[in-house]
Amino acid sequence: MPTLTDLLRDGQLVRHHRPCQRVIVEPAVWSAAAQGLSEGSWTLLGLWGEASAVHMALLDEPVGAIGIISLEGLEGSYPSVAGHHAPASRPERAIHDLFGLEAKDRPDSRPWLDHGRWYLRFPMGARVGPEPKAAPYKFLLAEGEGLHQIPVGPVHAGIIEPGHFRFTANGETVVRLEERLGYVHKGIEALMAGATLDRAAQLAGRTSGDSAVAYAYAFSRAVEAAAQLDIPPRAVWLRALMAELERLANHLGDIGAICNDAAFSLMHAHCGVLRERVLRTADVAFGHRLMRDCIVPGGVVGDLNPEAASALRGLIAEIRQKFPPLIELYDNTASLQDRTVGTGTLKPQLARQYGAGGYVGRASGRAFDARQALRYPPYDSLTFEVPVLNEGDVNARVWIRIREVEQSLALVEQILDQLPDGPVRNEVPDLNEPREGLALVEGFRGDVLVWLRLAETGKIDRCHPRDPSWFQWPLLEAAIEGNIVADFPLCNKSFNCSYSGHDL
Amino acid sequence: MRKLLFESLVRAPLTEPVLRPDAAMDELGVAIDTAARRRLGRSLSIRAVDAGSCNGCELEIHALNNAFYDIERFGIRFVASPRHADVLLVTGPVTRNMREALQRTYDATPDPKWVVSVGKCGRDGGCFAGSYAVVGGVSEVVPVDLHIPGCPPPPIDILKGLLALMEHTSMRTDTR
Repeated sequence: MPTLTDLLRDGQLVRHHRPCQRVIVEPAVWSAAAQGLSEGSWTLLGLWGEASAVHMALLDEPVGAIGIISLEGLEGSYPSVAGHHAPASRPERAIHDLFGLEAKDRPDSRPWLDHGRWYLRFPMGARVGPEPKAAPYKFLLAEGEGLHQIPVGPVHAGIIEPGHFRFTANGETVVRLEERLGYVHKGIEALMAGATLDRAAQLAGRTSGDSAVAYAYAFSRAVEAAAQLDIPPRAVWLRALMAELERLANHLGDIGAICNDAAFSLMHAHCGVLRERVLRTADVAFGHRLMRDCIVPGGVVGDLNPEAASALRGLIAEIRQKFPPLIELYDNTASLQDRTVGTGTLKPQLARQYGAGGYVGRASGRAFDARQALRYPPYDSLTFEVPVLNEGDVNARVWIRIREVEQSLALVEQILDQLPDGPVRNEVPDLNEPREGLALVEGFRGDVLVWLRLAETGKIDRCHPRDPSWFQWPLLEAAIEGNIVADFPLCNKSFNCSYSGHDL
Repeated sequence: MRKLLFESLVRAPLTEPVLRPDAAMDELGVAIDTAARRRLGRSLSIRAVDAGSCNGCELEIHALNNAFYDIERFGIRFVASPRHADVLLVTGPVTRNMREALQRTYDATPDPKWVVSVGKCGRDGGCFAGSYAVVGGVSEVVPVDLHIPGCPPPPIDILKGLLALMEHTSMRTDTR
């Protein structure tokens, strides 16, 4: 079996791409890479386009190595990856909608992000097309006696993001779920093209509101990789502190919200209090509850506020005291376990195929965690475990979160103990040539990938942020099959995929 | 579970004291007639609509339900359908893909109704303004009665804004 290194050797190396290699390949190598994906030789990390190019980021999991292969100088089409490897299907549909590049013989040629409501077609393509006629979207069929359809959304019953779910049910049992997303597509990639670093960092931090830190972190690391910029040690550690606080807040919120969707509001109330405590402490420490705009290329915007250390230690002590009884409550409430155990099971084989990150992957046997696999600083000097389960049900996804809360508490303590002194920000140097960079950062939901090219002016030429949800959303469709419609909110919350991060 | 419930009985509440709404809350222009006011009493049913937000505002709207803000003590509650709502709480720059859904949600809300837009993006599209995929602020699509600024506004600001809306409406009633 060829390795990723062998594959990359067959291409023309792109200068100034860091920290990994990007090579321009022939269509035959591209197709061989797609074949390798389907055989499980490597994992698809991302697939994105440009006006006349497509790029595919690949991960060699056992080695922890990443490589990008590109097809350049395209004239309207390229060989389909999805034809070999299903997880590439939605990215290929998005590439078509945004750039007008057609993946030849792709299995699904329906639009994805383009709902026929922009005033143009192919907004980032070489040739921007005229306004199309909105055609009705053809949902996939499920045929059989007694089947009926339930359309849900885009406006949902709760306070959540918009998206459409089309259920085909047989009585109470879901036979097929099909998602239709793209409602919150804001054109972030187009807004980033030509933007200054400040503005692009602001946009990156607003790609998915619950991952404001993870996105700013990944974006900044990608810029620093491209510009070969080292940042002050204190900034490295403060970034990890923010990332762990964000993980704590989101996991605590999710654990409560999942139980709430099983009508167990007591957990929701108590977890909600702990989440609020985390956000308030983040506000004390960094001046913003969601720590938005705190991480920038070159470091972090400001140092910790003086009262932060004691507030953070107080927070850790409080969660350490109050969380264990809640875990016990979760574990010992039979009516709740009845809802979460065995519900929405995602098979390990699918999680592996899709390269699902975060708790979705780790609850189904895929142990990947960017902090551990790539050991980016300061995680190379921190001690933590990556919890993994194989059951793949809602219960397993709750337990992964519980274990990760415990790990994050320990990480925050370690960071506070070892936090170096010194400045927190370096200036981004002037560039005199185009540079490219890639970064992968573990957000609470999974690995956030940012790839970018800086122009010689120092502005963004092209930036692609890839949310972990791209490879989790399709799995929700698989996990819900055979469950009852009433368990959908429970399954959906246990995945908690991002709409905005996915739709961009 | 019993232990946890008993503890909650004797522990002091976490809830923040009752707030005085900011009189200076900007863009507070609410039109309401006495009859409507009488019908609503001191309760508001809110339907949240994400018309394209990054999800930041939703997180803080969610927080209004936690024990610290406990929004239901003011008679304000979130409902599952626009048909049950007095107020639409709209977030985000309105995306072109959500425009019709927002309009139809508005049309499905019975009169009298108010629209409160939340966040910088809700006002004018924020940092997403000018995109091919974005219409702009909420007022580009439906009439907005109150705007709550911030990115995202902390829950306390959203609460103040909603209380200001209620206060303002009762003030108008008193003077008539």
